[in-house]
Amino acid sequence: MGAFAFNLVAILVVVTAFWVVTAKNLVHSAVALMGTLFGVAGLYVFLYADFLAAVQVVIYVGGILVLIIFGVMLTQKIATAVVVQSSMPNRFLAGVVVFFLFIGLSSLMFRTPWHRGELVETTGTVATIGTSLLTRYLLHFEVASILLLVALLGAAYLSRREHG
Amino acid sequence: MDSLQSYLFISITLFCLGLYGVMTRRNGVAVLMGIELILNAANLNFVAFNRFGGLSDQLPGHIFALFVIVMAAAEAVVALAIIINLYKTFHTVNVDEAHEMKG
Repeated sequence: MGAFAFNLVAILVVVTAFWVVTAKNLVHSAVALMGTLFGVAGLYVFLYADFLAAVQVVIYVGGILVLIIFGVMLTQKIATAVVVQSSMPNRFLAGVVVFFLFIGLSSLMFRTPWHRGELVETTGTVATIGTSLLTRYLLHFEVASILLLVALLGAAYLSRREHG
Repeated sequence: MDSLQSYLFISITLFCLGLYGVMTRRNGVAVLMGIELILNAANLNFVAFNRFGGLSDQLPGHIFALFVIVMAAAEAVVALAIIINLYKTFHTVNVDEAHEMKG
């Protein structure tokens, strides 16, 4: 049952990701991206990363994806949001490059003897993440909050209406 | 579902598809979607190595993935502001048509 569900989620992720990069309509791309992000959240669940799965759904699907759809809406007429793709030779060349990269990375990955620790059944990661964020990774946490503030101000400045 | 390789294989596939999207799309928003796929592939790697590398007491991979998500949010906001500016200036969102500064 678990293996079946895992295969289902894996196929969902790959198929929708393929759709994201090949769909002609930008809105279809955005909807497919939602499938990919949900699928990755499902994979996090299989990896015992419950907090990260929730964060993935809230921030990626609820935040970034809505932002991207707003970007589509503000720059194009929504019914005719046609993605202009590169010319056919360029796409073919990119496909060849990506295919060989895929083959190379896969063979490298299957041939590497990865270090394996023992698998433990964890019960919830929220307490551990919360504690280490406010002790060991406190500086990184604060830097991330400053980064978000700067991004907020920068985006508001960049997209403001020009006066004069 | 209990082997590191299956997660890494999904991650490699996501990365390659994202790279293909970044290379072939001309629309700025679609390029951004490709970047999101690549970041998701990286995050999946972090979490998979955290689980299968025996790091379940400290969870450094989860923390790193969390910071990557924060970074992705900031990046998406700024990129969309730039794309909207591009649209206002050039009336196009195709990244290869904005070549004003090309020599």
